[in-house]
Amino acid sequence: MRFSTFVYTFKQGVKNIWRNKIFSLASIATMSACIFLFGLFYAVVMNFQNIVKEVESGVAVTVFFEEGIGAERIEEIGDIISKRTEVADMRYVSADEAWEEFGEIYFEGAEDMVEGFETDNPLAESSHYEIYLNDVSQQSNLVTYLESVEGVREVRSSDLAANVLTDFNRLIGYVSVGIILILLCVAIFLISNTVTTGISVRREEIAIMKLIGATDYFVRSPFIVEGILIGLIGSALPLVLLYFMYSRLIVYVADKFIWLSNMLHFLPVNEVFKTLVPVALILGVGIGFLGSRLTIRKHLNV
Amino acid sequence: MITLEHVSKAYKAGIPALNDVSLHIDKGEFVFVVGDSGSGKSTLIKLLLKELEPTEGKIIINGKSLGAIKRKQIPKFRRNVGVVFQDFRLLKDRDVYENIAFAQRVIATPTKKIKRRVPVMLSMVGLAAKYKSYPRQLSGGEQQRVAIARALVNEPKILLADEPTGNLDNHNAWDIMKLLDEINQRGTTVLVVTHNLEIVKAMKKRVITMKKGVVVSDERMGDDDAV
Ligand SMILES: Nc1ncnc2c1ncn2[C@@H]1O[C@H](COP(=O)(O)OP(=O)(O)OP(=O)(O)O)[C@@H](O)[C@H]1O
Ligand SMILES: [Mg+2]
Repeated sequence: MRFSTFVYTFKQGVKNIWRNKIFSLASIATMSACIFLFGLFYAVVMNFQNIVKEVESGVAVTVFFEEGIGAERIEEIGDIISKRTEVADMRYVSADEAWEEFGEIYFEGAEDMVEGFETDNPLAESSHYEIYLNDVSQQSNLVTYLESVEGVREVRSSDLAANVLTDFNRLIGYVSVGIILILLCVAIFLISNTVTTGISVRREEIAIMKLIGATDYFVRSPFIVEGILIGLIGSALPLVLLYFMYSRLIVYVADKFIWLSNMLHFLPVNEVFKTLVPVALILGVGIGFLGSRLTIRKHLNV
Repeated sequence: MITLEHVSKAYKAGIPALNDVSLHIDKGEFVFVVGDSGSGKSTLIKLLLKELEPTEGKIIINGKSLGAIKRKQIPKFRRNVGVVFQDFRLLKDRDVYENIAFAQRVIATPTKKIKRRVPVMLSMVGLAAKYKSYPRQLSGGEQQRVAIARALVNEPKILLADEPTGNLDNHNAWDIMKLLDEINQRGTTVLVVTHNLEIVKAMKKRVITMKKGVVVSDERMGDDDAV
């Protein structure tokens, strides 16, 4: 396309929006509302997933050994475990270390009491492996496997935490797909209506254009530009709004609810927006394009 | 330049709007088409623009059979055929300059060339002073001049006019016909559908008369168009 043609087409697209103010505004407003909801949701999901990840990294499977097992076998078991793909990280805790950790937690401020047991460790049989997983959902698999390994006395894990987290992740996935689908339909419907009105207003002009020898492409382009612009404006506005709201919110929470910010770590603004911005813009532009393209096919016969 | 071979066009079952029409128009001719209302004149124009497809027969323009032109090629074909109508069909929200430039934008003419060409057309139709006016600020005759300038800005080889003077008083009608004659003198083949028999008689051109979809007479009245 020639540059002058591009400029002309772009101007006509803007003109379409302008002439058709009320419909265009309604489309942009709805689009904005949808993208705003999407962005809000996205930010919540991102933060939640961050929390899940933090919790996940604390979820561990603990493997205890049979009595009187040799150091060699313990090392072999370690090898077996480290070869499993589910395992993100693991750590060997000897009986002495276990006792020390126990002491640190339960005899805080009275460490000398712990020393009294030095030669007769009450946790003599408590040397173990602590295993951290890539993904909680794989936990039950691994536990079943480990229980079958020779020399393993007991495998401890927190099934409840793992299950709840996995279920919640899945739920969030479904809900977000649902919301995006609804959003798509509403926005496409509105943009389609706007473009339909634009076409009916310009019917005569389109007929003249065709008689003069305008290509289908030339007739179509201003309406495509119209749709894309509506999508672009409709996604840029809520993004700006969300950006300010989010950055304000995390400062506010950190300031006023210190107890909360200790528990929950909000993702920094840029972390959320570096993916949200392109996703929302592509979504907006895509919806705009699709809405007008489908309508043109239906009403313009070009 | 324009050849029709046994062309018929029926909109619905029943009496065809055009019935077995054969005619030939040479390059550089000026032809009037006259006939009663409903005799098929506008239908003929629409067929020549490939707005309609003939039910039967073959139309050849510029050596090309219209039946062989694919949908995608229609725009390119139409650029070689200028057309004006009784109701002018200007864009009401654009001034005279833009109305003419529009025809060039449509075919992706560079802005530079548009700026050169539009004033030439404006002075040809005698509207150089009114290039900033909007259609509603112009008389019917002036509006038709704009339409003619728009039809010719891309230098088509053929100009079709469907009752170009139908909405004009006698004085303006004569001006427009003279303008069309001038355009013809410069080499464009011109086909004019009209009801104005007075002008047709005075101008001494080839006259095709239609009745109920059939060509009933085809006379060459002038000397300059004699073949
Ligand atoms: N779109 C259409 N659908 C059905 N019939 C049509 C259509 N257009 C024209 N006709 C019929 O075809 C015949 C020829 O019409 P056409 O418009 O070609 O006449 P015309 O010679 O241009 O008349 P006028 O001088 O009044 O403009 C008429 O009987 C008309 O009713
Ligand atoms: Mg007619």
